[in-house]
Amino acid sequence: MAAVMPNPAAQRLLLSGNEAVARGVWEAGTRVAAAYPGTPATEILETLSRFPDLHAEWSVNEKVSMEVALGASMTGARAFCAMKHVGLNVASDCLMTMTITGAYGGLVIAVADDVGMSSSQNEQDSRFWGRFAHIPVLEPADSQEAYEMAKHAFELSEKYETPVLLRLTTRICHVKGLVTVGEREAHEPAGFVKNPQRWVMVPAHAKVRIPALFQRDETLREVAETTPLNVLEAGSDRSVGFVTSGPAYMHVREAFPDAPVLKLGLSYPWPPQKLRELASMCDKLVVVEETEKILETELKAAGIACHGKDFLPSLGELSPQVLTPAIDRLLGKPVPPPAPAAAPPKLFPRPPTLCASCPHMGMYYTLSQIKNLIISGDIGCYTLGAGHPWNALDTTICMGATMGVALGIDKGRGAVDKNKRILAVIGDSTFMHMGMQGLLDITYNHGNVTVLLLDNHTTGMTGGQATPASGKDIHGKEAPKVDLFKIVEALGVPNERIKVVDPYELPVLFKTVREEIKIEGPSVIIARRPCVLIDEFKPTRPYLVEEDKCTGCGNCVEVGCPAIHVTKRDKVVKPSGKEVELAFVEIDSQACTGCGLCVQPCAPDAIQHVSRRDIPIHIVKTTSSS
Amino acid sequence: MSANDITNILVCGIGGQGVMTATEILAEAAIAQGHDVKKTEVAGMAQRGGVVTSHLRFGRKVLSPQIEPGTVQVLLGFEGAEALRWSHYLRPDGLALVNTARLVPPVVELGLFDYPDDPTGKMRDAGHKVVAFDAMSIARDLGEIRLGNTVMLGAIADYLPFSPDVLMACIDKRFARKGEKVVEANRQAFAAGRDAVAKQLAATPA
Repeated sequence: MAAVMPNPAAQRLLLSGNEAVARGVWEAGTRVAAAYPGTPATEILETLSRFPDLHAEWSVNEKVSMEVALGASMTGARAFCAMKHVGLNVASDCLMTMTITGAYGGLVIAVADDVGMSSSQNEQDSRFWGRFAHIPVLEPADSQEAYEMAKHAFELSEKYETPVLLRLTTRICHVKGLVTVGEREAHEPAGFVKNPQRWVMVPAHAKVRIPALFQRDETLREVAETTPLNVLEAGSDRSVGFVTSGPAYMHVREAFPDAPVLKLGLSYPWPPQKLRELASMCDKLVVVEETEKILETELKAAGIACHGKDFLPSLGELSPQVLTPAIDRLLGKPVPPPAPAAAPPKLFPRPPTLCASCPHMGMYYTLSQIKNLIISGDIGCYTLGAGHPWNALDTTICMGATMGVALGIDKGRGAVDKNKRILAVIGDSTFMHMGMQGLLDITYNHGNVTVLLLDNHTTGMTGGQATPASGKDIHGKEAPKVDLFKIVEALGVPNERIKVVDPYELPVLFKTVREEIKIEGPSVIIARRPCVLIDEFKPTRPYLVEEDKCTGCGNCVEVGCPAIHVTKRDKVVKPSGKEVELAFVEIDSQACTGCGLCVQPCAPDAIQHVSRRDIPIHIVKTTSSS
Repeated sequence: MSANDITNILVCGIGGQGVMTATEILAEAAIAQGHDVKKTEVAGMAQRGGVVTSHLRFGRKVLSPQIEPGTVQVLLGFEGAEALRWSHYLRPDGLALVNTARLVPPVVELGLFDYPDDPTGKMRDAGHKVVAFDAMSIARDLGEIRLGNTVMLGAIADYLPFSPDVLMACIDKRFARKGEKVVEANRQAFAAGRDAVAKQLAATPA
């Protein structure tokens, strides 16, 4: 994809928080921007990759993205990396030492906390990293602030020679608001200066630099008192005052328009004088923070009386709907019960599911039909294999964990699990991110694990970003394509124990999995088919069910394709006396892309290709036919 | 500032139906009218057939991007059961405009849950004002199923605090580079959506 000229300055644009951060980063003259995709932060780098005059990359993981940004900063270039909350766990090894070297060119880390867990395995409060790593934390409350703070962060970074954490949440990243944008400023790198005392972190050098961290905290605490990012709004109703940051500020303002509020844009280090001033202005002080009890604990330790998590939840978002009744309780006001009409109706759930023709379906259908397995899983679309109808995953922890967990199960199991087969499922992008080391551990430590490497040529769950195994870079340009077979072999899996299969060919898949789990030692089955959401996927002729042939066996329903719909249910009693439930089906030929997975288990051969005349024709009719 | 200054519109459906694009066009129309606008959705895994809701708030100054239950003026439902799922967000005097499409998820096909027989009927039973119409049939009659989203936008056009022409102009702009035929087809779909709702409201006693 060629770089496009961003919208000109002074325009008001409807931007998501992610797009606003990208715009701010670009305008700051940033030269290098790196990330591994992760919801809710993915679109920051996607947006930056379309802007000119900077190096944007999908790094193999978040730790590498941070190291790339640090290296660029060492040359005096402005540098940026973005990640979701769990990505910062991966990158934290770099962060905890990079804070000692400090930044040279402005160095900003955007971290997006998935508050409310729309698409993550846990909920974390990344503000802790500010304390842990002694770096300032900026928290925008909407898109305009996300844009402004991204720019401001670079200035702060250079002035105090510190990495700066720009803390976002889902409700910043994925909210669109109006942003008035500006020009890109020129920022030429000052040049790398040889300085081992600063850049070579050995004990002797680190010991000298660490006291400067503590001093930096104190300096920034003074900055927090005067920065325009921290605003004390006096308010007229002083019965309760609030200190808050991030999107929670908007919720507080919405629910309590007349209350005194201290809005912390620079939320760490926080300004003690301003806090005491706020406390003296109101009868009760409430800390509204997403998600954990961090500021509240620190205020109490500083002798500032306050409330917070004694009335507010430590999990999920703090909307006005959550805040209002909680503050009523705090003030001793009666809390009216919610009106009956306000209760959500009871309804079936609609969990995310695999797409029609998803190659993972073939693998999970296969696994669901084999007994006596323990299957360790990982992070990606294929985590959905834990759901119905497959129920095929027994564990999911974090990026790349499948290998180590599987090896641990193999080594830890006792007599009771002796006859079970241990499998590890992982996608190609996750394998590149953090999975390779785990496989190395399996081969090195004589593990008995069958690894299923689901190679769909992309990072699927975040919307189809390129990986080193897809042969394309972030711009869609050709890049060296990593050969997964060779990597697996180089990591110590014997050549004859590496099988490449087509996940649409169920008989081969069944045979290969059954054979490999029987043999001792590590093996890898690479199931190769492109994700249906990327250009490489080519749909073929859809199928339909011949109604008179369908016997209602329901085998096809167990494949789990969302294009298969039950039209009629029935029950029959078999000659054996056993009652069997029947499900007669049809295929939504609009959604079907012809993978043929459902055809294979169909007992009566009732699933056939749609004939050409039945394919809906897309023609825009311009004249009225009535 | 009074909450009454703010218009709350909730658009709901499932991943892939065009909920987010429709809300984006509604947002553009509100911006064209000089409103402050915030639009939010949680889209993480939505494209895997999950639930999608898009909150649109506009007015003089919008603070929280999230709509609270019981405060929606207009609910635009792209699917029957999804409209029912979010119906408690409607204000007592709110209006639900619902496409009667019935999209059944695998968990229902597997027999683990039931899909309600008459979702919009349930909404009416709960006291909500509902207009239900088959946007996909309307689009099909116009010769192009992909016009369904413009039918949906037409349906809401007369229940916004500004002229339907403002919304129509935003749709024109979207499709302008695809040529006059496509623009004209979308105009027809927009008009058909407006008609479908107006006819029903005229037929039902207030």
